[in-house]
Amino acid sequence: MSARHEIKLTVNGAVREASVEPRLLLADFLRENLNLTGTHVGCEHGVCGACTVLMDGGSVRSCLCFAVQADGAEIETVESFGGMDELSPLQQKFREHHALQCGFCTPGMLVTCTDLLEKYPLATDDEIREGLSGNICRCTGYENIVRAMRAAVTERDNERHEASS
Amino acid sequence: MKPPAFEYLAATSVEEAVAALAAGDGEAKVIAGGQSLVPMLNFRLLEPALLVDINKVPGLDFIEPDGNGLRVGALTRHHALETSELVQARFPVLSEAMRHVAHLAIRNRGTIGGSLSHGDPAAELPMMAVLLDATLVLTGENGAREMAARDFFEGALATALGDDELVTEIRIPALPAGSGWGFEEVAQRSGDFAMAATAATVSFDGAAAGEVRLALMGVGEVPLRIDAAETSLSGSMFDETAMDQAVAAVDDAIDPMSDLHASADYRRHLAKALTRRVLQAAWQRAKGERP
Ligand SMILES: Cc1cc2nc3c(=O)[nH]c(=O)nc-3n(C[C@H](O)[C@H](O)[C@H](O)COP(=O)(O)OP(=O)(O)OC[C@H]3O[C@@H](n4cnc5c(N)ncnc54)[C@H](O)[C@@H]3O)c2cc1C
Ligand code: FES
Ligand code: FES
Repeated sequence: MSARHEIKLTVNGAVREASVEPRLLLADFLRENLNLTGTHVGCEHGVCGACTVLMDGGSVRSCLCFAVQADGAEIETVESFGGMDELSPLQQKFREHHALQCGFCTPGMLVTCTDLLEKYPLATDDEIREGLSGNICRCTGYENIVRAMRAAVTERDNERHEASS
Repeated sequence: MKPPAFEYLAATSVEEAVAALAAGDGEAKVIAGGQSLVPMLNFRLLEPALLVDINKVPGLDFIEPDGNGLRVGALTRHHALETSELVQARFPVLSEAMRHVAHLAIRNRGTIGGSLSHGDPAAELPMMAVLLDATLVLTGENGAREMAARDFFEGALATALGDDELVTEIRIPALPAGSGWGFEEVAQRSGDFAMAATAATVSFDGAAAGEVRLALMGVGEVPLRIDAAETSLSGSMFDETAMDQAVAAVDDAIDPMSDLHASADYRRHLAKALTRRVLQAAWQRAKGERP
């Protein structure tokens, strides 16, 4: 049994403290210790993208990061995006365009899309597809996810345009 | 699919990290971005007694000019290198290559020191280090030493790095002014490891090609420079004969393997086709044309 470590981090705006074994993955910490089961675990080696969360504002795989490494970090999971009665604008786009079926991939998709919208122009659908290539969906065939993202990009660009004029 | 137990140290200086590695007697491992290491732990391919985390070591995350070249700290994330304006201005071939590394969430976390130390034969960064004649700075208990990237990679996942050494920095010397470049990769899906990739830089002195560099990966255990092709193209006008000779030199120099991603024959085919494309693109850019 290896030495436990005390960690303190912010998850969805709330400060959390815990004592963790070093090998505890951030994904398992979120799900098992904090009961935030919106973050899904598919492959546990970085390939499927279901476990993607925001860490200090950037998307990361929570299956490839130990909870102990998140000491001092700010984590946002899908639970921070909006609730049943109050979908976030991106969630609303997913709903309008039927961008989910079983929903297993959706938390990771939403987190990834949030970071992509922040960092890339996404001027073409090819660019959107490329951005989504690290997130596997077994249901939708991706078409509707690309459509939802296209709508989100258009909205982002309009907002940026209004803000600058 | 859960990692084995290990002790954990969040090092706060290079000295502390290398001392812990030395004391670990081969049982300690560095963790940087964790994007190659943690999958191996989750699969239990590795069982280190101690992980030495260097994410909180200050002074290892930088991209700085070095004359007309660059110095890049080992903890620089792939995404920072991909989007750096300095890199884009001085080594656009490197920006292009970085866009092909994995996916955004992995580029946000993965580090250049980790990619170089890992030495995957299908990773872009080792090939770029070899193409750009980079020097790696390796720091151990007895101080720092420098090593040319061409000497650093020894085999698949094998490098000249000592058990108690860190890669702390990579230095990239300037290319001849106005050098053109080309980069091509074929992977099964966007963001996957490449089946094969090639990259080239070419300078043009107004009359003929000056310095030519050609590197390949995915066609052997380590990234390769093709000296015979570089020599035969230098001084040429990249005419049909010169190009054919260069492609023949690639054919001679490589020894690709078959695995579940691609057969050796297909990799050889890719190496030759992609060589032609990167040389053409680099030559056109060197002459100020758009490829
Ligand atoms: C789904 C997926 C797809 C990927 N696709 C690609 C791809 O297309 N191309 C590509 O190039 N890579 C790809 N990668 C790998 C990724 O680029 C890794 O980030 C990189 O190989 C390792 O960097 P890291 O910082 O994460 O290192 P770690 O995983 O932390 O470490 C890797 C190895 O290097 C050692 N190490 C780390 N830093 C140092 C240092 N400074 N000094 C000494 N030793 C050190 C560690 O001990 C370990 O042995 C992919 C990864 C995943 C999960
Ligand atoms: S569970 Fe993390 S990427 Fe699949
Ligand atoms: S909606 Fe079922 S996996 Fe994507």
